[in-house]
Amino acid sequence: MSTEASETSVRNSIVVDAPIERAFSVFTDGFGTFKPRDHNLLEVDIAETVFETHVGGNIYDRGVDGSECRWARVLAYEPPNRVVFSWDISAQWQLETDPAKTSEVEVTFTAEGPERTRVELEHRNLDRHGEGWEGVREGVHGDQGWPLYLEAFAGQAGA
Amino acid sequence: MALGDGWTALGDPTRRAIFERLADRPRAVGELAAELPVSRPAVSQHLKVLKDARLVSDQRVGTRRIYRVDPDGLAALRGYLDHFWDQALAGYRTAVERHMKEST
Repeated sequence: MSTEASETSVRNSIVVDAPIERAFSVFTDGFGTFKPRDHNLLEVDIAETVFETHVGGNIYDRGVDGSECRWARVLAYEPPNRVVFSWDISAQWQLETDPAKTSEVEVTFTAEGPERTRVELEHRNLDRHGEGWEGVREGVHGDQGWPLYLEAFAGQAGA
Repeated sequence: MALGDGWTALGDPTRRAIFERLADRPRAVGELAAELPVSRPAVSQHLKVLKDARLVSDQRVGTRRIYRVDPDGLAALRGYLDHFWDQALAGYRTAVERHMKEST
């Protein structure tokens, strides 16, 4: 895995030993099998994560109690080369309903051989979440906002 | 590893404490050292790490240097998401390879 930086985006890439079609289908159909568990806006554990494989579809989590959280909209679906989806989660770790304040994730698949595929991921337009940060700072001692990110930082960084 | 900086910076409990105090309001090094069980040079060192990770910025006011939380918070968000996608892609690789084994 490699990582690059720019001001308002995050990039990652990985090469997998699989044909491009399989690399694409595992990323989309199988999204729920590898998405980190703590990525959860529901109040209960996630029973399944569904990636609706068409433009206009959603990526959503379904909780064990049947509740749902639709946290992404599929913006481009071009098997086996490319998929783009929105990231409708605000800086306060809430579902963002204003599309103008959401970022987006583009994933491209490039065949490096019959059994080898490069997967490049860019999560961009992070500054669109920016407006929320004022509220985040004001709510620093509340239950929402910075503390949630700090918890996540502390927990996952192994502090 | 530039992107991991935000992550690493907030992984340290003392730096979290400093960061939380600065999120409350801007402060000088001396104020932080007075509030926390850490020496002034140690506070300065922690502030340097937070500043390098672009989580805080500083400004000279007279003879004092005042530190505040980076107002757009982008570094923290990027740090979080970078870690998230790193984890996700590592899991993805495992999932792809499991599928390959099952199909052969």
